[in-house]
Amino acid sequence: MTRAGKNILFRALLIGPALLAITVFMIIPLGLMAYISFRGRDYSGGVLWDQFTAEAYVRLFFESELDGTLALNFNYMYIILRSVWLSFLTMVISLAVGLPVAMFMATRDAKWKAVLVFMVTLPFWTNLLVRNYAWILLLRDHGIINSALLWLGIISEPLPLLHNSFAVAVGLTYSFLPFMVLPIYASLEKIDLRLVEASFDLYANRWQTIKRVILPLAFPGIVAGCVLVFVPALGAYITPELLGGGKTLMIGNLIGFQFGAARNWPFGAALGMFLLALVLTSLWLYARRYRGDLERLQ
Amino acid sequence: MKINPFRNRAFPGDARHWPGLFTATAAFFAYVYLPILILIALSFNENRTVTIWTGFSLDWYRMAFSNRDIVSAATNSLIIASVASVSATTLATLAALRMASNDRFLGKTGINAVFALPITVPEIVPAVATLMFFASLGFTFGLGTVIIGHIVFCIPFAYLPIRARLEGMDPKIGEAAADLYANPVQAFWRVTLPQLVPGILSGLVLAFIISLDDFVTTFFLGGAGSTTLPIYIFGLVRTGVTPEVNAISSLMLLLSLSLVSLSLFLGRDQNRKTGPD
Repeated sequence: MTRAGKNILFRALLIGPALLAITVFMIIPLGLMAYISFRGRDYSGGVLWDQFTAEAYVRLFFESELDGTLALNFNYMYIILRSVWLSFLTMVISLAVGLPVAMFMATRDAKWKAVLVFMVTLPFWTNLLVRNYAWILLLRDHGIINSALLWLGIISEPLPLLHNSFAVAVGLTYSFLPFMVLPIYASLEKIDLRLVEASFDLYANRWQTIKRVILPLAFPGIVAGCVLVFVPALGAYITPELLGGGKTLMIGNLIGFQFGAARNWPFGAALGMFLLALVLTSLWLYARRYRGDLERLQ
Repeated sequence: MKINPFRNRAFPGDARHWPGLFTATAAFFAYVYLPILILIALSFNENRTVTIWTGFSLDWYRMAFSNRDIVSAATNSLIIASVASVSATTLATLAALRMASNDRFLGKTGINAVFALPITVPEIVPAVATLMFFASLGFTFGLGTVIIGHIVFCIPFAYLPIRARLEGMDPKIGEAAADLYANPVQAFWRVTLPQLVPGILSGLVLAFIISLDDFVTTFFLGGAGSTTLPIYIFGLVRTGVTPEVNAISSLMLLLSLSLVSLSLFLGRDQNRKTGPD
């Protein structure tokens, strides 16, 4: 066998198995999902395999009236908009909280940096379900926060903290905050602190220094952090399920519902394609502009 | 302006002492860790109403350990996580060995993108896609389908640290082995692999934690007899808060925390210890 031939065989044997596993059990299923999203719905819960239709996508925006005409239906659009809005809110809150934390971490000495990075990373590896459950204990009517406020006499009735958009936003921020802190920290870490001193020497005040020196340097990390928070928040399933209490649905729950009680696969597939398109568009916009920065951060 | 040495010890241009940074960071860590600590504390609470502290008790742990459903869910979790993490790490190690080299070949960027795909896409999408795939093929949902789903999303978690480890290796060591007449096979077994073992173990532990903690994929690809701890906890939480849930949740938290510490310890950058270069 030639040297080049051997090289290709070697490559196929090493990379092949992992590539095959992801292709067969992820890429092909995603292809099947795209296919099913254009099939008809069998009301017994199955798929009409030989019927091509865009019905599932139409259903996202319209509903059929009794006389067969289509009328705008805001139910699903409302859930989609809520998902985008809550993810955006999560991103903004994470940024506001994450930026000073990253700044603090980046200005410590090497030993403290290692400890702080470890402490930020640690919760990410703990069970997401359990971390969201912990917020039920805090937010529910007889939970820690309401009990404390009642005891202090600040309120006389428990505040409705659980099972609403507020609870979902708190849970999403809690779940994905480390994804904001770490990339900003990575881009700030290399800052030469003398730049900040130079800025003060040139009569800039603190606010001007933040705006003109620190934010431009942190920018690649901020953008990466925003993407890393926004994308998983958009596809969240557990947080709205537990903290939204079945009332504050997001796209993920709507998809899940089509494979459970609703048994409408084509519609579930179409929603899946819609979420996939939203996520891939955000990533593509980001990659087109900041490709180099992303690779540097990894 | 006169500088008061007590009120403003630091030069205002010294970003390390800016006001608010420390407060913000302290608040951040309180926000991140307090809910977890409160959950663990409440799991030792004797009272059934969960949020009022009346005394220390291990009753809920005793109840959890004697509950057969919990024990069988824990067994399923461990079976799935062991099989999935070992399989995924094997596949990932083989791939990383080839992908970490510097040479360029057709499709390399694409292959890296495929390996990152399971962590790029929100989990619910591949979970329901694989559900439809398995159902169309007539598979029976249970431990087998869950394990396949877990192997796929564990691959990136094992692949990324192992590849990073390989890329961080000093190529001079391999060259030295070749200079000392080691053939490529000997060089791999005697030089590359021993250096890579901590990276592989670190990837293995991360894949294990991710599999152990998974909810969404397990929920959609599972069937009768594949209930894992997260699925069991979810079922209980939806019907109401019970002290038993606090106990199992705390155990899961502590298990993940010790495993991730182990993984970070194994995967730490050992080049740093060799001193300045």
